[in-house]
Amino acid sequence: MKKDLKEFKTFPNSTIKEIQRAANEGIYQIRGLGAKRKVPDFDDLVFLGASMSRYPLEGYRETCNTSVVLGDRFAKKPIKLDIPITIAGMSFGALGANAKEALGRGASEMGTSTTTGDGGMTQEERGSSKYLVYQLLPSRYGMNPDDLRKADAIEVVVGQGAKPGGGGMLLGQKINKRVAGMRTLPEGIDQRSACRHPDWTGPDDLEIKIQELREITNWEKPIYIKVGAARPYYDTTLAVKAGADVVVLDGMQGGTAATQDVFIEHVGIPTLGALREAVDALKELNMHRKVQLIVSGGIRTGADVAKAMAMGADAVSIGSAAMMALNCNADLYVEDYKKLGTEPGYCHHCHTGRCPVGVATQDPKLEKRLNPIEAGKRIKNYLTTLTLELQTLARANGKSDVRNLEPEDLAALTVEAAAMARVPLAGTDWVPGKK
Amino acid sequence: MCGIVGIYLKTKKYEKYLGKFLSGMLDGMATRGPDSAGFAIYTKENKNIFKYSICLNEIKETSFKKKLSKFTKKIKLTSYADHVVLETNEKPSKILDLLKREIPEVSLVGYGKSINIFKQTGNPKDVVKKFKLSSFSGTHGIGHTRMATESAITTQGSHPYSTSEDECLVHNGSLSNHNNVRRSLIKDGQNFNSENDTEVAAGYISNQISKGKGLERTLKNSLKDLDGFYTFIAGTKDGFALLRDEIACKPAVVAETKDYVAVASEFQAMAHLPNVNSAKIFEPKPGVVYHW
Amino acid sequence: MNFDLNKKTLREVNQNLQNVDRKKNTRKFEILNPQGQHAICAGLKDDIEVTIKGHTGYYCAGMNQKATVTVHGNVGTGVAENMMSGKIVVKGNASQSAGATGHGGALIIEGDASSRCGISMKGIDIIVKGSVGHMSAFMAQKGNLVVMGDADADLGDSIYEAKIFVKGKVKSLGADCIEKKMDQKNIDELGKLFKKLNISEDPKKFKRYGSSRNLYNFKIDNVGAY
Repeated sequence: MKKDLKEFKTFPNSTIKEIQRAANEGIYQIRGLGAKRKVPDFDDLVFLGASMSRYPLEGYRETCNTSVVLGDRFAKKPIKLDIPITIAGMSFGALGANAKEALGRGASEMGTSTTTGDGGMTQEERGSSKYLVYQLLPSRYGMNPDDLRKADAIEVVVGQGAKPGGGGMLLGQKINKRVAGMRTLPEGIDQRSACRHPDWTGPDDLEIKIQELREITNWEKPIYIKVGAARPYYDTTLAVKAGADVVVLDGMQGGTAATQDVFIEHVGIPTLGALREAVDALKELNMHRKVQLIVSGGIRTGADVAKAMAMGADAVSIGSAAMMALNCNADLYVEDYKKLGTEPGYCHHCHTGRCPVGVATQDPKLEKRLNPIEAGKRIKNYLTTLTLELQTLARANGKSDVRNLEPEDLAALTVEAAAMARVPLAGTDWVPGKK
Repeated sequence: MCGIVGIYLKTKKYEKYLGKFLSGMLDGMATRGPDSAGFAIYTKENKNIFKYSICLNEIKETSFKKKLSKFTKKIKLTSYADHVVLETNEKPSKILDLLKREIPEVSLVGYGKSINIFKQTGNPKDVVKKFKLSSFSGTHGIGHTRMATESAITTQGSHPYSTSEDECLVHNGSLSNHNNVRRSLIKDGQNFNSENDTEVAAGYISNQISKGKGLERTLKNSLKDLDGFYTFIAGTKDGFALLRDEIACKPAVVAETKDYVAVASEFQAMAHLPNVNSAKIFEPKPGVVYHW
Repeated sequence: MNFDLNKKTLREVNQNLQNVDRKKNTRKFEILNPQGQHAICAGLKDDIEVTIKGHTGYYCAGMNQKATVTVHGNVGTGVAENMMSGKIVVKGNASQSAGATGHGGALIIEGDASSRCGISMKGIDIIVKGSVGHMSAFMAQKGNLVVMGDADADLGDSIYEAKIFVKGKVKSLGADCIEKKMDQKNIDELGKLFKKLNISEDPKKFKRYGSSRNLYNFKIDNVGAY
């Protein structure tokens, strides 16, 4: 920053540049990944740990269980995951085939699930994923009963954190022959999206839709309902009433392959506040732990996982973080980042299809930069690290099972976080807004 | 969200089964609306007698009667679970004012010469039994089963909502500008007891009717004044009116025979009605007010 | 073989029909007393013939593969939704979203269909002998919607490559949907479809509607349509 020059806080350089871009192009900015701005998040919470009244568990001798069962409310075949961390829905189309395969390999080695996205199920993904969750989205691209039956769970997508109320979007440069074929679209067009489901609107009719899905799959598969964080208290209540086995809640920090920047930054509430509301709803309905809650949107470290579980989540889901484990924004092929007008650590150009590291692209030249086997190992390593961190924190708080983490294990560092998480401000017993 | 039902008898043939029919329809709508239920069933009017359906809330019937009798003796009270129906030939303005001012602890569910209106939280199958709906006979009725969306599950949050004398409203859907509309209606002197969007629609209708606009015109105007997704059924003394918004995502099916017209959110709620399999079955068009 | 939904549960009936014993070779089934139940015949996957006597609820024959289902009555929302192959015939009327997102096969509605008929269709052929409601063929990607009666407002809004043929009046066309040439090639193709489905109609009496393809790539001027 230049000495003696005072910048505008309301019009920082990035805002000025954006206004000028708008003046040049006359259209909103479309980009990938999630919200860039700072919002209250899990960094604003800390664990209390052990001391005179609470005793920690020994690291290697004393077990700390991490497994979780999802979908035992109605499904004949609930899923048992070894770790409470899943891979979130990201489409083939948004990501390349190598990336999807890598995610499947890594997740399977750790005994957890991956999720399809707006493009439907690929053979590679079903082949490489031990547990595969199949999304039912408004677009219904590639939807078919054979894949429904091949899936281990079905996720009805009402919305996602990056754009609650928005539908899928994929620009022409990523709609190659294969993607177009799967989505029944002409090659190279900019995919428009439906934001509502074609054959139901509202939880009363969703209940009937879920019944149909269960009839088609012999009542075997857990049915998840995914919502973006809009009104999580009501949304969770309604998801339970509509008959969900699992609720997936995606906070505003959740990523996307391509959406208007204004949608990403200005719609949806942070994961921290959304999670509190969702758990409240489940507890009031006496459904906490009976309908499982998976939370996503800015999960980055084992600390985030632990805090989410302490607040009442049964599991978390990672999207952007998984991509970053695959090399998204890595310091590789730096020249190609520059050609896009960005640098590693700042790149959000998934929508261009020119991902320098071969993750969010359909270009075969770029895809070569991501070896699915090697990348699969990276996913496994990352998930292992998250799990070890989670266990370390759980043990430090005296837990032999990560599901025994509680809100009382936490303190907040800011007033906002204290109010959103309903956890006392550290060093005080004040919870703002608690009646 | 909700289930809505309505049945209008064209002939006298089934009048004594009306309660049973409506009861069966509400049973059929219980899965899509498990939180609460309500109905309004219209019976023959008795000259100058007005009926007020009152939910006692926390107070006992005996203390309610005591308070009332301080102001008028010309009353008859009949109990229906935690509701009580007050029959009197006193002027409505007197009774309405009296209830509002002197006994605000109770809630007026609805009033009129032919309307019998009840609503309560709980599974619709239980609510219907509680208020003995099957025992009612009448000429027409509407009903509702609720899956609460953005407001609490309370009696005040349940439908039908009374809109004026002998008139009430049920709704399936979700309004999106109800907070602004509520605020402007409050400025205009309207009262609200819940955060419910349907209560706002009912308030809007009663506000327009009190200004002399008539139900059909009011419903037509609602298409531009109320935003969101909705199917409305508005009960009146001589029948009911139906309206779907212009996007029409919330369902509605109508079955008409020579003896009745029935409406429901799903056909299966009407499947038990006599001769329904040979009825003329159609879907109301969006943005059109139907009136029977 | 008969199933009576007054005596058997929906689950039992669907389970039977989804797992027909190929050795027994019973191909024809009848379902009585549907009483507006939902998801009747959803998820069928063999080339069997099922007749339903009465009115059904939502998602009748949802995600159908290979089977032929005939409903002697009306159907609720989403009949044959996401159908992959086979043939569904509705003797009465269909409710909203008939044939929604269907990938293949044929859906024939002898009465009227309500709004959003063929929404997001991906290859299914839908024939409606009566009229269709508003927003029909919304975002229709592939396949044919053929209407002998009239079409209500906003037909083919945001349509991709699906083809719409209407014999009657069209109240209004949706965004990016225009009337297209009904040339000999299209007349022949429609004629072939009629022949395949045993429908005696003169293709020359139909007008064709489809995408003007202006929304295929983001252009500043069209931003309002997204």
